[in-house]
Amino acid sequence: MIQGSNFAECHPVGFQFVMEAKLRGAKVIHIDPRFTRTSALADLHVPIRAGSDIALLGGLINYVLSEGKEFREYVVSYTNASSLISEDYVDTEDLDGVFSGWDDKSHTYDPVSWAYQDSESDGDGQGDGDGGGGERSAHGGEHQRETAGGDKYGSGGASVAEKPRRDPTLQDPRCVFQILKRHYARYTAEFVEEVAGIPQDTFFELARAITENSGRDRTTNWSYAVGWTQHSVGVQYIRAASILQTLLGNIGRPGGGIMALRGHASIQGSTDIPTLFNLLPGYLPMPAGERGGSLEDYIEPDAGKAGFWGDMPNYMTSLLKAWFGDAATAENEYGFDWLPRLSGDHNNYATVLDMAEGKVPGYIVAGENPAVGSANGRLQRKALEKAEWLVVRDLSCIETATFWKDSPEIETGEVRTEDIATEVFYVPAASHVEKDGTFTNTQRLLQYRHKAVEPPDDARSDLWFFYHLGRIIKERLADSDDPRDAPIKALTWDYATEGPSAEPVASDVLKEINGYGPDGELLTAYTQLRGDGSTRCGCWIYCGVFADGVNQAARRKPAREQDWVAAEWGWAWPANRRQLYNRASADPDGKPWSERKALIWWDGEKWTGHDVPDFPPTTAPDYVPPPDARAGKALAGDDPFIMQTDGKAWLFAPAGLVDGPLPTHYEPAETPFHNLLHPQHTSNPAAKLYEGPGNRHHPVGSTVFPFVLTTYRLTEHHTGGGMSRFVPYLAELQPEAFCEVSPELARERGLTHLGWATVVTARSAIELKVLVTERMQPLRIEGRETHQIGVPWHFGHNGLAIGDSANDLLSVTLDPNVDIQESKVLTCDIRPGRRPHGAGLRTLVEDYQRRAGLA
Amino acid sequence: MTPPEEVRAADGAASYLGMPGERPPRLGFFTDTSVCIGCKACEVACKEWNLVPSDAGPTGSNPTDLAGLRDMDLLGMSYDNTGALGSSTWRHVAFIETRTEESPAHPAGDVRWLMSSDVCKHCTHAACLDVCPTGALIRTEFDTVFVQPDVCNGCGYCVPACPYGVIDIRPGDGRAFKCTLCYDRTKDGLTPACAQACPTESIQFGPLDELRERADRRLAELQGNGVTEARLYGRDPDDGVGGDGAFFLLLDEPEVYGLPPDPVVTTRDLPQMWKRAALAAVGLTAAVVGSFLGGRSR
Repeated sequence: MIQGSNFAECHPVGFQFVMEAKLRGAKVIHIDPRFTRTSALADLHVPIRAGSDIALLGGLINYVLSEGKEFREYVVSYTNASSLISEDYVDTEDLDGVFSGWDDKSHTYDPVSWAYQDSESDGDGQGDGDGGGGERSAHGGEHQRETAGGDKYGSGGASVAEKPRRDPTLQDPRCVFQILKRHYARYTAEFVEEVAGIPQDTFFELARAITENSGRDRTTNWSYAVGWTQHSVGVQYIRAASILQTLLGNIGRPGGGIMALRGHASIQGSTDIPTLFNLLPGYLPMPAGERGGSLEDYIEPDAGKAGFWGDMPNYMTSLLKAWFGDAATAENEYGFDWLPRLSGDHNNYATVLDMAEGKVPGYIVAGENPAVGSANGRLQRKALEKAEWLVVRDLSCIETATFWKDSPEIETGEVRTEDIATEVFYVPAASHVEKDGTFTNTQRLLQYRHKAVEPPDDARSDLWFFYHLGRIIKERLADSDDPRDAPIKALTWDYATEGPSAEPVASDVLKEINGYGPDGELLTAYTQLRGDGSTRCGCWIYCGVFADGVNQAARRKPAREQDWVAAEWGWAWPANRRQLYNRASADPDGKPWSERKALIWWDGEKWTGHDVPDFPPTTAPDYVPPPDARAGKALAGDDPFIMQTDGKAWLFAPAGLVDGPLPTHYEPAETPFHNLLHPQHTSNPAAKLYEGPGNRHHPVGSTVFPFVLTTYRLTEHHTGGGMSRFVPYLAELQPEAFCEVSPELARERGLTHLGWATVVTARSAIELKVLVTERMQPLRIEGRETHQIGVPWHFGHNGLAIGDSANDLLSVTLDPNVDIQESKVLTCDIRPGRRPHGAGLRTLVEDYQRRAGLA
Repeated sequence: MTPPEEVRAADGAASYLGMPGERPPRLGFFTDTSVCIGCKACEVACKEWNLVPSDAGPTGSNPTDLAGLRDMDLLGMSYDNTGALGSSTWRHVAFIETRTEESPAHPAGDVRWLMSSDVCKHCTHAACLDVCPTGALIRTEFDTVFVQPDVCNGCGYCVPACPYGVIDIRPGDGRAFKCTLCYDRTKDGLTPACAQACPTESIQFGPLDELRERADRRLAELQGNGVTEARLYGRDPDDGVGGDGAFFLLLDEPEVYGLPPDPVVTTRDLPQMWKRAALAAVGLTAAVVGSFLGGRSR
């Protein structure tokens, strides 16, 4: 199942494995608003209205539950289906579209009523403090609420009661299984047809396909990408798929799972060792609150709790030792106070909005092109105008580097070059073939690549740039007594360099990430990490990539020379484990569910098999932890989900999400339709909208903006275009911006093939060439013919392949859990002909705003 | 670098055109369009390796050379903005939007998007080579058809001779260019750039005999799975060009992909034509001579 992803176009290299599976008899189904190159290769393409995926997934969950198609033994043993939820919990079905705990003023939830009933107290768990079922205090306490939601817990997720009350018969009305049944009861085939536009016979074909290909002998995989994440309910899309796949027993087993296809070569790596504001390496949470908070307070919510996250203090101390070296001592809490503290919501969009208000003086843009690639391009460029300085590191002179002289706002006369004070530095960057390093791909596989050619002229690697920048800053601060310079002074910064340009040795950095033991020897596994300052490790989940002193990521043993797991190609974190939670590939007694799907098993003394077991190696299937057990030892022998406090897969999330414990169908923030299920709450009530003059949202069902628009990428280009629109061989393959419309919409709006169209939203208007194609099909939604317009978002006006930017049409509208923008669905108008050039553009947009009641 | 074992293997045709007794087998492409995902990696890899000019300028992928030569348009041919094979397009991915057959469940048929990477066919009987007056077009030891750029004088005879419309004169250069089947790579035992870059093995490279066997198996498999419209194109050694060195598995009529349904080597009738011309000449001579003789006898 490929849904929310254009696998073939956006991940063509990975798609070879889909084609291989197809040659071996796998059935491939593509669910997508557009008929893409992926659909062309699939056995079945199912058109869906953009933004209605939870309706479909909820329909499939309802089908599984009402037909009794769940993998019962797996569900009872390995999920929280039997756990009892607090008597105070009230579902969206009973509160007109919000869960209990909703605060209409702050637009946030208090999740306390979603908690487990604690087996150790009588009745409800919440309210009785630490040992109870309620959410324990997160790192930094209340202050963290303002920051991104889910990530505040790090990869440990939220702490919950380790021993909830359970009903293994799944009959108790307060058990998760029964709550789930009630929650999805209204997601019928008729509902799916009305909301998503999927005919009922197609729905049942889908439902049969997945249930017939799940169970002991068979597994089904779901692959998604940003077609799921980039929504105001994006996290809940993936939660919905998790629920479905868990009910079908498709998690932790070969051929199963939910595969997040990442958008670039090492986007996975950039969350593992993050470029995110709220995470430290290895998904350790960024400390929040005022300085002076102790390391002990920081690690307290996790220290020693059940599950592998209970060893978090070891990871944190080792990270501090890697960063601050000998300056990190037990006395100064290993330099914990030197770490930055979160002072609020500093997600990328919030930062840009702050910049527009003059609160962010400097901006280093490396490998991004926000003037083209980020939502609400006009707002992005307005913000750049307010920065004091801007550094753009890229392969080409992208729009972000030249906004001050040729942005659309210069063209409209809204701003003049001489009025922009931003000092702009363009720094040429080396490409991936011009430097050494690793890519971490979607399956957590680190693959080392060696430099093929020297970068041209002044182009340098990012590693070179940041290493030498840091080196120079450290030199300048060497004599400083200012306490704020102490962390920079303490930082270890001693990588070897090589070659005429003094390039830092990339494998030295990887070694630091891998970590060293007390005697300076390279570590082999994260289980060696200690919290006493004796070990150093830059990212605990990557510990072992230099096991035995060998760069394991550089291994390239061909598939034909090893078994199907191919454990000697590259290195997968953690511990070169290829399938996470693979304890679930065996039944509760430790035997594979079937020979066909065997992965690991209990041999009487230890876990063994094809893959590295993702379980304490000698914890027997029948092990029951004593009451005082901690961390890994607190996991029972049938607790496969080792990062969770309760060891179970969460069908219902008792804590950790800021917009509800269960996925619920909400319309996108902009939609032609009211919410059929919850008339009182059309869209995700917890979504972040940042409403303001430069960021207006369209009213629900607006006749001024009657069409659904979705943005996407093409195989021929890369994101904001810096790597492709300037390259003749790629530019000629998709030379200019276009939109795709159905013949029906073309007739309705007088659009002609290869003619011009102007697409308008309350943010801006852009002009595009028109491709009229039957691949775009109108859908019948709630009895109305509904048109969807497709617009690739790569284009800008620098380089060779040029055109207006689709992101100028978008608003900043974020998923509240992870702050990703809703760029896969919005509403718009489309009209034939070119847009006004010059001042007329804003007049046009303002006219639309007025007509929509937004002025 | 020496060619690998299988490429050096003798195929029995000793002393062919005065070549050494040991000859490599005939090499070719089998392009299985049923697994083509339309990524165009073949087009890009071909241009990169062979330094073929882009529409945006003559200098390939060097992004510093963008000097005002942009001649790129959206063609409106689905996602195909290349258009056709030509002097600077040696691989061309066609995108064909069509519909499946009507059925009770789908009265108007389903949307269908065919993708296919076209290339020089390296014909067994290659008309371009037949008509080349300078000997610039040669048949290599791998039985592929190759233009020697240092010999070509740009006369252009080869252009109308090709039954597929593949070879063409490069404007601004004047010489004829087409796919070389990466002669410089195959000589070193390497896979041609397009086949190397293809992520789904839609483009397969190897000894033609093996490719034909593989194609036959794939065709049987597809037809066994109910894909009755699958067919091979250019596989038959008895067709009008004696079979193609680069042949295809198609999912529809060749015309749908812009391929001639029944290509014939344009020089096929030349011997016949020369024979007729000779006969005519003989007849004419006889008539002239006869007229004199007749005159005498009068």
